[in-house]
Amino acid sequence: MAKMNMLQAINNALDTAMAANERVLCFGEDVGIFGGVFRATSNLQQKYGKTRCFNTPLVEQGIIGFANGLAAQGSVPVAEIQFADYIFPAFDQIVNETAKFRYRSGNLFDVGGLTIRAPYGGGIAGGLYHSQSPEAYFAHTPGLKVVVPRNPHQAKGLLLAAIHDPDPVLFFEPKRLYRASVGEVPEEAYQLPLGEAEVLKEGTDVTILGWGAQMEVIEHAVEMAEKDGISCEVIDLRSILPWDVDTVAESVLKTGRLVITHEAPLTGGFAGEIAATIQERCFLYLESPIARVAGMDTPFPLVLEKEHLPNLLKVYEAICDSVEF
Amino acid sequence: MTTTKSKTVHSPIFTDGAEFRISTFKLLKQDGSLYKGGKAPDLGKEKALRIYRAMVTTRILDERMLAAQRQGRLSFYMQCTGEEAAVIGSAAALGDSDMIMAQYREQGALAYRGFTIDEFMNQLFGNNKDYGKGRQMPVHYGSKKLHYMTISSPLATQIPQATGYAYGQKLAGEGHCTLTYFGEGAASEGDFHAALNMAAVHRVPVIFFCRNNGYAISTPASEQFAADGIAPRAYGYKMDVIRVDGNDVLAVYQATEKARRLAVEENRPVLIEAMTYRLAAHSSSDDPSGYRSKDEEAIWREKDPILRTQHWLKSHGWWSDSEEKELQERLRREVLETMKQAQKRPAPALETLITDVYKEVPPALNAQFEKLKAHIRRHPDAYPKSANDPAITGKPASTQKGEA
Repeated sequence: MAKMNMLQAINNALDTAMAANERVLCFGEDVGIFGGVFRATSNLQQKYGKTRCFNTPLVEQGIIGFANGLAAQGSVPVAEIQFADYIFPAFDQIVNETAKFRYRSGNLFDVGGLTIRAPYGGGIAGGLYHSQSPEAYFAHTPGLKVVVPRNPHQAKGLLLAAIHDPDPVLFFEPKRLYRASVGEVPEEAYQLPLGEAEVLKEGTDVTILGWGAQMEVIEHAVEMAEKDGISCEVIDLRSILPWDVDTVAESVLKTGRLVITHEAPLTGGFAGEIAATIQERCFLYLESPIARVAGMDTPFPLVLEKEHLPNLLKVYEAICDSVEF
Repeated sequence: MTTTKSKTVHSPIFTDGAEFRISTFKLLKQDGSLYKGGKAPDLGKEKALRIYRAMVTTRILDERMLAAQRQGRLSFYMQCTGEEAAVIGSAAALGDSDMIMAQYREQGALAYRGFTIDEFMNQLFGNNKDYGKGRQMPVHYGSKKLHYMTISSPLATQIPQATGYAYGQKLAGEGHCTLTYFGEGAASEGDFHAALNMAAVHRVPVIFFCRNNGYAISTPASEQFAADGIAPRAYGYKMDVIRVDGNDVLAVYQATEKARRLAVEENRPVLIEAMTYRLAAHSSSDDPSGYRSKDEEAIWREKDPILRTQHWLKSHGWWSDSEEKELQERLRREVLETMKQAQKRPAPALETLITDVYKEVPPALNAQFEKLKAHIRRHPDAYPKSANDPAITGKPASTQKGEA
């Protein structure tokens, strides 16, 4: 075990994967000698050479197109998009190519080796274009896996699982926690399961569900609610696609209440999908309407980002409202 | 830090690129003789005939399948007609293990590599022997054993993928390269620029083969770009480039052979612009009479690449009228017979609806499938393609599988 922040854990995961398999390649804008604008790829070029860790020209559709080809060839590319806000030029390559490669070829070809890493989320005074959480766009695309870690230990285990997974994975990293989240991380290789949620805390009155940086917000909101005598069950969804319906449904069958929170705007956010599925599975057991605490339906603001974000007070209020309904 | 080695001037002088005039490489005249000073590549009789047979196969397949589409037997079709020399001449200059990432109109390359009429038909009819499991529209072929990437409809997406694929080939060090085909219309997509720039920066063994056939559906090249074709763009990427007469199989072959050497031996990506003409409509859903004249088509019919190749073969004594007649009759017969068989084969199994989305079917998708099966069992008449599927009846099916 070693104490690492999330960036160090991600860097350690990439290092572990590159050491174990010479076909693992890391590339993107500024990821070479500089180690990425957040330093997630620090020292990888020095250690594994310019052919395996390198800068690309500034063209996201090119990065992912290139990565698709590499993965189809049998390499194991880990492509970095510098900010999730800049993934959209690559939307066609991801949605029409990455996601459909195996299906459209009848499994003759696939890009299962591909992992796309991108920092996402707000709270860093990043304004419209350094703050977005685009997971729901990709959750609407069969063929992709979408994963979001909440802390350093999760980040290393989930990223290694993503790299080894036989399907392409979008790995959204909560950049607000890159340095803020610190914890014990095993130095050896390990993987955490994709497609499985994790119950972080058991409780009986209400289930609180989130992912990524929002788990920290939930932790503090739950501390407040528990002081009021509300017993909260906390679940980290971890994988947005495919998502673990059974674990969430089992919890809600027990508590009868569900609060879902994400940073992305409310309308069309992934909480809507979860709410629809859970009311179907748990209809007769629900004690209150499923609540969604999300970003507002606006572009991501700058000066008023605190007002915009689903912070701990908003989550706390939603927990209270759900229990008092 | 800038990499521009530019000399300094002290008055505002603009340039428009007019100094870059790109000539067109030609070897073969329409009568089958060589231009003076041109030297034909040393193909040999066997390879020359392999190329020619693939050209005729492609032409006849296209004729018959367009007719089949008109008869309502097939939903959709796209012809390679007029571009056979560009496609097959280039494919023939590759190693048979080099990867081809095509746009959609390059069935000639597959024919050259030995994709059988039966394999073409199974894809066109989307039956249970189609490697693509009936998931894509006709002409979206793919073959792993022939190193031909499955076609995807979105234009130009294959171009940066070719750069990536070839980068992997370079690291593997087995002396292979990738050739990607696209039209002059697709070259307007951002993916084209991304691909060429990345290939040049990272010195990737990839050949970008542009079929400049004059039209993107109805849009003429004159409304696609203002410059002198696609070729001059290579200068902007510091990439080797050649423009070639796309109806001249020998020039295409020789240009591609040299391009392959630059790519594989020196890791220099190459852009080839083949000047040709889409004699056919864009697809079976298109009618060119709305946007171009019969006279224009007639001019290009005179430049038919297959006849030109045939004249050249005959000048060597490698081909005769009787062999031509025999080949055409045999191919027409084979296409018709194979089509009948392919049409009769059943649709892919119902299960193929949910497989290959992921390597393993996720639980939520399995649940949707169970729901669908129960629904089909309640309404079998509404689903004639799958009512008798083993997933519905519970009886095992006979499956036939070959190497894809």
